Amino acid sequence: MQLTVNGTSHEVDVEGDMPLLWVLRDELGITGPKFGCGMALCGACTVHIDGKPVRSCSYPVQAVRGNVTTIEGIGTPSAMSAVQQAWVKHQVAQCGYCQPGQIMAATALLQANPAPSDRDIDAAMSGNLCRCGTYPRIRAAIHDAAAQLVEDD
Amino acid sequence: MGKLATVTRRTLLVGSAAVAGGVAFGYWQYRRPYANPLLKQLDDGQVALTPYVRIDAAGITVITPRAEMGQGVHTTLAAMVAEELDVELEDITVEHGPASKAYYNAALLEEGVPYPATDHSAAAERMRSVMGVPAKFLGMQVTGGSSSIPDGIDKMRLAGAAAREVLVTAAAERWGLARADLDTARGSVVSPSGDRLAYTELAVAAAGIEPPAAPPLKPESKWRLLGRSLPRVDMISKCTGTAEFGIDVERPNMLYATVRMNPYLGGPINRFDATKANAMPGVQDVFAIDNGIAVIATNTWYAIKAARAVDVDWGAGDYPATTEAMFDAIAASFNADNLDSQLRDDGDVDRALAEADVVEAEYRAPFLAHAAMEPMNATVHVTDRRIDIWAGNQFPTQVVKEATRLSGFDEDAVFVHTPYLGGGFGRRAEMDFIKQAIKIGLAKRGTPIKLTWSREEDMTHDAYRPAAIARLRGAVADGRIVALGLDAAALSVSESQFGRYGMDLPGPDNSIVAGAWDQPYAIDNYRVTGYRAPAMLPVSSWRSVGASQNGFFHESAIDELAHAAGVDPIDMRLAMIEHSPSRRVIEAVARRSRWGERRPPGHALGVAFVLSFGVPTAQVIEIAVSERQVRVLHVWAAVDVGRALDPRNIEAQVQSGINFGLSAAMSGEITVVDGRVQQTNFHQYDGIRLMHAPQIDVDILENGEKIRGIGEPGLPPVAPALANAIFAATGERVRELPLNKRFRFS
Repeated sequence: MQLTVNGTSHEVDVEGDMPLLWVLRDELGITGPKFGCGMALCGACTVHIDGKPVRSCSYPVQAVRGNVTTIEGIGTPSAMSAVQQAWVKHQVAQCGYCQPGQIMAATALLQANPAPSDRDIDAAMSGNLCRCGTYPRIRAAIHDAAAQLVEDD
Repeated sequence: MGKLATVTRRTLLVGSAAVAGGVAFGYWQYRRPYANPLLKQLDDGQVALTPYVRIDAAGITVITPRAEMGQGVHTTLAAMVAEELDVELEDITVEHGPASKAYYNAALLEEGVPYPATDHSAAAERMRSVMGVPAKFLGMQVTGGSSSIPDGIDKMRLAGAAAREVLVTAAAERWGLARADLDTARGSVVSPSGDRLAYTELAVAAAGIEPPAAPPLKPESKWRLLGRSLPRVDMISKCTGTAEFGIDVERPNMLYATVRMNPYLGGPINRFDATKANAMPGVQDVFAIDNGIAVIATNTWYAIKAARAVDVDWGAGDYPATTEAMFDAIAASFNADNLDSQLRDDGDVDRALAEADVVEAEYRAPFLAHAAMEPMNATVHVTDRRIDIWAGNQFPTQVVKEATRLSGFDEDAVFVHTPYLGGGFGRRAEMDFIKQAIKIGLAKRGTPIKLTWSREEDMTHDAYRPAAIARLRGAVADGRIVALGLDAAALSVSESQFGRYGMDLPGPDNSIVAGAWDQPYAIDNYRVTGYRAPAMLPVSSWRSVGASQNGFFHESAIDELAHAAGVDPIDMRLAMIEHSPSRRVIEAVARRSRWGERRPPGHALGVAFVLSFGVPTAQVIEIAVSERQVRVLHVWAAVDVGRALDPRNIEAQVQSGINFGLSAAMSGEITVVDGRVQQTNFHQYDGIRLMHAPQIDVDILENGEKIRGIGEPGLPPVAPALANAIFAATGERVRELPLNKRFRFS
């Protein structure tokens, strides 16, 4: 079947019920999205389908309709997105394993709601678990990125 | 010498700037105990002098041989080298490097001595200094015990200084100038006239120069990097999905594996039928491995799906069938036969209690899973000549040992690669998943295999934080604690963990009483006794180890005694503690939280103080309670690390310890029914989420006698501070964790 990831089209030959995460990671070698729970409980696998955040560990690849964007697709080390820049400015990551999912969730939040309140952030981000407990800096980075995006407009 | 000659010849051939392979510098003040491990992994045309600094034409690489599991250790260790070498962090590459006894951890054992961390008497210091000898002999390259900073502060700076010395000497010879006239700046030697020679140009010549025995170190007043908040070297890669964790390792022609082990931990596999699994898409093989089955497939998901389809008859485990029965066994351990230690016995507790109204209480703490975000995984490639292992791990030299045992290969043929760890918390000092991957790799010689555990496998096959019970008998008089006897019983981490390493650790297990026996309270009659409960579930080091439960027991007890004496909890702690750095962290959180000021209705504060890993740590928590519903609003923390090398990273670690500890205090609990662990995934064993995460303010003090690490000390005070706040709000003393047995959290 055909799958478009970060603007590139791929032909993949897998069982239709394979979760998108495992197509990305083990078939296409796109390892930014992480395996954490396999049950949509932790958010480490969060990617976008047409800009909407989904838990790729529980999303059958045959159900994908639209373009998939992973953490690799929103910015690169030499050209980071505003959200990624805010993450670096606030030195958010510790072990860093959940952060691709956190950043994808935050990116989707800010696309839908450019000036989120703390309550909006709570609602959008509480599906993403961070065992290192980087939450204070995640919250600060989202507010900062929101301000930056307003300024850039 | 042959290798050096090769480099020199190639360098001459390709020009002065090109160091073909690389030159390694490093220095360790003590006798050189082990060969430089970088030699083992150099290609022809490369040279290596010593273990921490490698320079080649492409630039400068600093080896930071401790696991980067989130604590920022690669940045701070690299900064120690860069400080003395006179390079900027953004100009160097930082690598974990190979497994080697040369990278042994000298500080880990220092705090295992039977003296509290606050005891700097000659006897205590002598014993600590002697611990370097077994540390060297054992050659354990291990990350844990908040020891990387105290272990690294001298040797990493010396490594940088030694490399700088030989580079300057090489430049002096090149220019025909006196060494004393030369300076260094940003990766170059600088002459009085302003000429510059880059380290990369000097490396080959410098490699032939013997480093000085004791290179001078910069005075702290000259530090440019240490003492400042630096951007982490791993930050950009971790924010762009480009950081490589163990689970991301890819090798050519690799296959994917998973395991399904006996849910009755350690029990045998009686028989299995893989007919159905073998017929499933992508499945390459299914076979028995130890007490479970391994599935190899063309995709991890195919492997996980097929593993679930294998029909297995499991044999029973050798431990009580329920958590209740395990607690009964722990409760039955308070007797002379199970006596493990009595590291504190001041005055005469029994006589003091005989004459007083005795405050009695019993506390309980549950088994806990580590639940690192990255499930256990390892990649192994076995060929006829060598075995390569890629695994996020906290104990590379043990990985080598296990690989030689299992494979028959010599140590020199075992290559351990340590990528970033998606959380460690002690779990990745365990060898189970790595041994499984090695066995699978040996069965599939020639093919690289990546073993990935499902979350269910990870949570139900942990080596857990032990469950524990403590019993208090104490007394107060005239506003002071006059007697405190605390008996603690727990499963032994050292017996369980070192047993799995194939080591027998004689003597008492400090972890049964750590965080209780070693506190700086000056109580006239003060006794802490440890009892070893029988082995049941496998247990291991879990962030802050014994202090994670004993901090709760001891600080709940102090709070109960303060209440019994009618004394404010902060005042009681200050009345009973003389150790100045400890007093000052308590005073700091009292001031920052405006302790004693009126709060809104339903709000209350709780305080706790625990000294662990040498770091006095105080915390005040503010909560709001209504209808047995508790919201954690704010945590004020103060820590004393002696010397703060990177304040922003220290703040992050304290926040991290607090959130990790809150997760456990609020809801963390592993239970067993019919011999099986009941919690299989995050819906049953969750961590704190952003919506419940409080504001956390951290004060970093520098009054302590020694430099300290901070990965763990932020954790132990959280649970007692929260329970003490709940008591302040409701009058209800919760003596059993997790607290959601009695209160809901919102």
